[in-house]
Amino acid sequence: MNFTLTPSQTVGPYFAIGLPWSAGPHAVEPGTAGAFTIRGTIYDGHGDPIPDHLLETWQADPDGRFADMHGHGGPSELAGFHGFARCGAEDGDGSFEILTVKPGRIEDLQGRLQAPHLAVTLMARGMLNRVVTRIYFADETEANASDPVLARVASDRRDTLLAQPDPDGGYRFDIRVQGPGETVFFAV
Amino acid sequence: MSVEQQEPRRIYTPVADTPLVYRREPEDAHPPLDYEPYKSTALRHPTQPLVYLPHTLGEITGPALSERLGMTENDADLTRQHAGEPIGERIIVTGHVYDTEGKPLRDTLVEVWQANACGRYRHRWDRYPAPLDPNFSGAGRCLTDAEGRYTFTTIKPGPYPWGNHYNAWRPAHIHFSLMGRAFAQRLVTQMYFPGDPFFPYDPIFNSVRDPKLREAMISTFSIHKTQPDWAQCFEWDIYLRGPAATFFEEER
Repeated sequence: MNFTLTPSQTVGPYFAIGLPWSAGPHAVEPGTAGAFTIRGTIYDGHGDPIPDHLLETWQADPDGRFADMHGHGGPSELAGFHGFARCGAEDGDGSFEILTVKPGRIEDLQGRLQAPHLAVTLMARGMLNRVVTRIYFADETEANASDPVLARVASDRRDTLLAQPDPDGGYRFDIRVQGPGETVFFAV
Repeated sequence: MSVEQQEPRRIYTPVADTPLVYRREPEDAHPPLDYEPYKSTALRHPTQPLVYLPHTLGEITGPALSERLGMTENDADLTRQHAGEPIGERIIVTGHVYDTEGKPLRDTLVEVWQANACGRYRHRWDRYPAPLDPNFSGAGRCLTDAEGRYTFTTIKPGPYPWGNHYNAWRPAHIHFSLMGRAFAQRLVTQMYFPGDPFFPYDPIFNSVRDPKLREAMISTFSIHKTQPDWAQCFEWDIYLRGPAATFFEEER
């Protein structure tokens, strides 16, 4: 490494004046066929919601293509597909909601198929660096069983990475930053 | 199309100038998530070890957001977002976004937000009894150019008190959000100003344990780029992680 990485600092309590925007939570344009919501709440080590959190997700479209700035593996041909969502609010209550579609399966470096998932960045006041997790889908039992990343996670903690189907056709995914049921976080 | 029938994506075709695998960040490159002097970390850090995530297509790709955000040139000039001019020292903040090999990162989104000259944020939760400035919102964004350069015009933010400990004040700073060109490069940090008297007392600044790394968060005053009769200039370069030395670094 020739140059030193710039260190991370906390996003702080007031990021909402700069980072979120109204359409930010839409990884797909509203009205896109098959679109659903993923909603959840971020909890701290006391089980209290974290109101000043910023959550970002990044994912492939249903064909496994990204809306990538370099064109890697893509480009996505799904109209209205962004693949990126950002949630955070000035008067947050700890919850988030994104609008998206289910991503397709993509290979890892060894050519093994991963299960459908979203990459997640979470930041908040009181976090000096981001934490990274993934949202998988509880109804993808077969794909999840052979996913090479889930295979790295202790089996009794894997369910912290599974979004559960909601009666309305969407999914629920809560994040527990610390304590009982602590969500699995990754070193990326 | 069901997931089972789907043809797997053949993804690892190289795209010019873009890494397939990013370098792993050294253990102490960033501050610890559990850092006692910064009290809010206590309930907001994971206690279980992080699980190693191999880089796949989702980690080496990233969004282009400028169109979605409807960006204009005024987004980079925080002194021109209202009818009148904000009060304070007019400054230009400029620098490059590089990767750690020194390669400029072009077309990457740089977002900033900050307090006004009195140290007050335009945020409902900021209760510091200092005046709001009707001509200052305190947020800006721009894309880096072909040389990786970003430039903002703004006013110098003031330091402000906070509740971490008795008589706690944050050194003056501008928050920076860098999307990088890949999920793996995402970084949020803060830029500080040279010679700030609050440095020794601030747990957020000092959460970066290596003094050389702390220094890397402090901008440099530039008389050469200071615009005569107009604005002081502070320069600050940002380094995001670069490519892994070999593809096989990931094979673990």
